[in-house]
Amino acid sequence: MKRRTLRAQEWLVERTIHVAGMLAIAFVVLIFAFLLRDALPVFRGDSLEHLLAGRYWRPTSAPAQFGMLPLILGSLYVTVGALVISLPLGLACAVFISEVAPVRLREVLKPLVELLAAIPSVVYGFLGLLMIGPWLADALHLPIGQFAGLGSLLLAFMAIPTVVSVSEDAIRAVPAALRESSLALGATQWQTIIKVVVPAARSGIIAASLLGLGRAIGETMTVLMVTGNAAVIPQGLAGFFKPVRTMTATIAAEMGEVAYHSPHYHALFAVGLLLFLITFATNTIADTVVRRAGGVKTR
Amino acid sequence: MMLFSAQRTEKLAFAALWASAAIVVLPVLGIIAVMLYRGASGLSWGLLFGAREGLLPAIVGTVLLVSLTALIAAPLGVAAAVYLNEYARAGPLVRLIRLAIVNLAGVPSVVYGLFGLALFVTLFHFGRSLLAGSCTLALLVLPLIISTSEEALRQVPQGLRHASLGLGASQWQTVRRVVLPNALPGIITGLILSISRAAGETAPILFTAAFYSLTSPLPKSVFDPILVLPYQLFVMATEVPNVPESTKWATALVLVVVVLGINLFAIVLRARLRGSRRW
Repeated sequence: MKRRTLRAQEWLVERTIHVAGMLAIAFVVLIFAFLLRDALPVFRGDSLEHLLAGRYWRPTSAPAQFGMLPLILGSLYVTVGALVISLPLGLACAVFISEVAPVRLREVLKPLVELLAAIPSVVYGFLGLLMIGPWLADALHLPIGQFAGLGSLLLAFMAIPTVVSVSEDAIRAVPAALRESSLALGATQWQTIIKVVVPAARSGIIAASLLGLGRAIGETMTVLMVTGNAAVIPQGLAGFFKPVRTMTATIAAEMGEVAYHSPHYHALFAVGLLLFLITFATNTIADTVVRRAGGVKTR
Repeated sequence: MMLFSAQRTEKLAFAALWASAAIVVLPVLGIIAVMLYRGASGLSWGLLFGAREGLLPAIVGTVLLVSLTALIAAPLGVAAAVYLNEYARAGPLVRLIRLAIVNLAGVPSVVYGLFGLALFVTLFHFGRSLLAGSCTLALLVLPLIISTSEEALRQVPQGLRHASLGLGASQWQTVRRVVLPNALPGIITGLILSISRAAGETAPILFTAAFYSLTSPLPKSVFDPILVLPYQLFVMATEVPNVPESTKWATALVLVVVVLGINLFAIVLRARLRGSRRW
């Protein structure tokens, strides 16, 4: 009798655990479904082409215009800028930590780099807005201390820990035999790093870049605070020194004030849906690249 | 004919590597120094614990928010990790679950905010509240809890499981009496790390939980909106013109101390626990 209730209990617990295992899938599907549900009504008023390629985001004018092109390009500028800074620095840092640094220094460096990821994004935004922005505006003779490049700079530092830890995992996974054969053939340590280790860790490094990209494009508070929030289409290289507005910042700044189920509300969900699809694609590709290479964990 | 000998090139390259490590690390130290210097001068007993215009309600609000978040996310995350590490067989389903976890971890935080608004605030009628914010943040930290718990479970030696099963224990008895207790320290460390993550997040609670006030009481139930530190800092920095500069810096310092303090606690705990294990 007792044994039977135990059995039943166990069966119940194990069922629950099985269900919990599926939760991650359920939540991804749910998030997608809810974004889609609240974004779809916007297509009644506008065509997809109109939304994606429209040059004007004027949600409060009459008639309202929901062209996402300035927001998409704003995100692109800030993200590309962040990658240009964070990829070389992060990769160099990973190589330094895993191949060159003395053991003692390594033990100090790793937690310091991780600290960069632990600082809340609103604090980066705060520092950018009150201190770094005004400094740079002064030094570069800019009219205003809030511009795309400042967002890129801060995002780069937030993305560096991701780039460092994923590339470092990839570099550490390179078999020692490869290094030793290269050194035995008379190559210097640097030649070994650049011609043997880094190429062998290639797929992990690509994954690191993609994950860094995903982080940068989805970052919200910092960009909201430091990029000036002007929904204009950035032009050329000069665009880095002018205010822009990203997709994330638009949602964060406007969602608090819109009426429930207004066209503006649905348009913001459409921006969210687009963001979700972009990060979904980059993460899935990164995961596939890593898995094909085998071994390295994406975190 | 080479411009530099291999040895010269190596020297230059290594110098560049040292430099890039310095470029990454020096700003961290700089940020901490500036925050301490400017924040400490604005910090006062009144600002921290004053009955009016103090940060205490926001600190308490943050603690409530992250506690409820952990309470919701921990059972789900640990159960999912147990499934993945103890029950699941490798195959397309597990592959799909892992892909979902990676993607869940990559969803932009503001998109979690949108989802929370549509599901918890509106559909479930939680309103803009502590509960809606905690549910939203719980989703955000779930992938982190799953992956750290899984790592902790993986560290438990296979021999322990075999010994337990060999004595006639069922699989669930083995998990509950042998595997989980041994993985507990690692699981708790992961949980603390995710609490520190949740404590600093702003975007997910913008439209699901937070409001700003300098003179506000604490929430009376889980259905009340709350004051939290990151949102307080955001509003002070961007929207309220007459907050003294020193108060802003002090608020930023308090937030950083709270978040990094929790983080450091987890790191120290991990190092301690790692030292005490022998397998």
